[in-house]
Amino acid sequence: MGRYLRRRILISVAILFVILLVLFLLMQLMPGSPFNDAKLTAEQVASLKESYGLDQPVIVQFFRYIGNMLRGDFGVSYSIAPNTPITTLLVTRFPVTLRIGFMSLVFGTLAGVVLGLVTAFFRSKVVKVIFNFMVLLGIAVPSYLFAIFLSWTLGYKWNLFPLLYDFRSPTYSSIMPVMAMSFSVMAVIGQFTRSEAEDVMKSDYVLLARCAGMKSSTIMVKYILRNSLIPVVTVMAGLLVSLLTGSLVIEKMFAVPGIGGLLTTAISSNDYSVVIALSFVYSALYIIVMLLLDIVYCIVDPRIRLGGKPE
Amino acid sequence: MTDTAIYTPQDTDFVPAPAEFKNTADSEAVTGSRNDMRKRFFAQKSAVAGLVILVILVLLAIIGPYISGHSYDDQVLERSNLAPRVPGLASIGILDGSETLYKTDGEIKVNRYEELGITDEYYIFGTDSLGRDMFARAFMGLRISLLIAFAATAINLIIGMNYGIISGYFGGMTDIIMQRVIDVIGSIPTLVVVTLLMLVLQPGMGSIILALMLSGWIEMSRIARAEVMKVKELEYVQAARTLGAAHRHIIFREIMPNITGKLVTQIMLSIPAAVFLEAFLSFVGIGMPAGSCSLGTMLTDGFSNVLLHLYKLLPAAFIMILLMIGCHLAAQGLKKAAE
Repeated sequence: MGRYLRRRILISVAILFVILLVLFLLMQLMPGSPFNDAKLTAEQVASLKESYGLDQPVIVQFFRYIGNMLRGDFGVSYSIAPNTPITTLLVTRFPVTLRIGFMSLVFGTLAGVVLGLVTAFFRSKVVKVIFNFMVLLGIAVPSYLFAIFLSWTLGYKWNLFPLLYDFRSPTYSSIMPVMAMSFSVMAVIGQFTRSEAEDVMKSDYVLLARCAGMKSSTIMVKYILRNSLIPVVTVMAGLLVSLLTGSLVIEKMFAVPGIGGLLTTAISSNDYSVVIALSFVYSALYIIVMLLLDIVYCIVDPRIRLGGKPE
Repeated sequence: MTDTAIYTPQDTDFVPAPAEFKNTADSEAVTGSRNDMRKRFFAQKSAVAGLVILVILVLLAIIGPYISGHSYDDQVLERSNLAPRVPGLASIGILDGSETLYKTDGEIKVNRYEELGITDEYYIFGTDSLGRDMFARAFMGLRISLLIAFAATAINLIIGMNYGIISGYFGGMTDIIMQRVIDVIGSIPTLVVVTLLMLVLQPGMGSIILALMLSGWIEMSRIARAEVMKVKELEYVQAARTLGAAHRHIIFREIMPNITGKLVTQIMLSIPAAVFLEAFLSFVGIGMPAGSCSLGTMLTDGFSNVLLHLYKLLPAAFIMILLMIGCHLAAQGLKKAAE
């Protein structure tokens, strides 16, 4: 396991480095400049460039940039909040995004696992039809359409939840965003859990356990639950990607003060340093969670620990 | 032991097969399995339903913009924000072009068709804020979104399939290097790639297709590689190799026909993903330029009016959901039929 983990971490670090390089190169390629103000004279632009270190050779800029990024110093914002360190912008917003994303993942996974297991255990046709319909909707309806539906019905018509995020009651007002984001998670996890659980229930070892007279609750917990949940960890990585993307729109829609909203604002106002910093944060977050999922998978599935390869 | 005659291989055992042998390999088994697959696909009700939905949507994308009697981009400003009005249903009071508006002093019911004196006109999905026919626009939007999705998927297929087949077929060091490249590229979140790309390029159809391509080919190549690795160890491929077939023959005649099932399924899944991403980009404000017509821009316009004129959102939303359902059902059916 140690060898596998060491290799896995090494790859993650390499990926992070490549991402930094790509981000930096893209920043060089971007059209327009943050100093596009006609009122600035050439000397003023030059002095501005000097104060931000933009007059140095590209290579110097790159290594300085990597050093700064890894120390958590993302530079200052050019145009959204001029001269404010981006770290300051992130400190308040990052936890909000993280909390909503985490809540959606946990809530969606739990709901999906429960639904999937229930559908696998009950052989009733009605349960299966309802479940299939829900899965189909969960996969077919984009999270932003579901979010519009929620805010129109629950928020606007019935006044159950606030239409916009309210920092005075963060939990209550994030119920709708979390619901919107976790719906597709629930559908995917539910479908996966169900088919895994049905496979496990048909397996020889469950039959053997049953023949040996084991209590069905023991079989359920020790055999079915554990064996059908292991593969679920693998789908979570893919779901994380859709959560990241979804969060951008959901945050915009419900006015959640997270990094998704910050990214959209930064894009529309050409604030490159913020876009680059956020891209780095998103990528790092993604890589770290992928690494964690691999480690979890490694712990729950002994075959990887012994074999040293995930496939 | 010493009594057992040990066969010593001779050079003549390993001569390449004569040319006429090579073609015996495209056997009936290949076409047979394809026929079976078709049968198994059409035996599933949900898969057929999905296919029917897709066919109807594609037909509507082709003829839809012309059948309403109004053009998709004619702006008639005095006819803006008309509610849906459907011939036939209008006379019994459903969808007759009236809508309820909520004002500070209560609700009022208005029928702008009557106010304008155009009670003989019918806009089935209503009109948008510039007086353009939503019916024609919705299907024009579907057409553009589908074009983007088809183009992106076709490019994904070409790049991803070739990459995956080469990596899986040749294996060894080639595979290791190609897979490490994929590991790195695939670990950059799509969101980041697409956002940055759209910043560098001008917004428009070409850049969206490029963005979709950059994020989509990896999954295609993974599937192609996995399938090739499975198939290449099978007896008939070994047989072809023993008969002296060239790599090109083995790849295109032996392996390709047997991995198309999985690839077609992946195509079915990547079309809705592309439509999805296009709409997402429009929503965030880096998609199709303002004034153009796609499902994404229709949804974005509809969303900004959702509390006042709900009908502006519904056509694009329903078309999108139907498209997703159709593709998903068809993909599920293909997956089951291929197994």
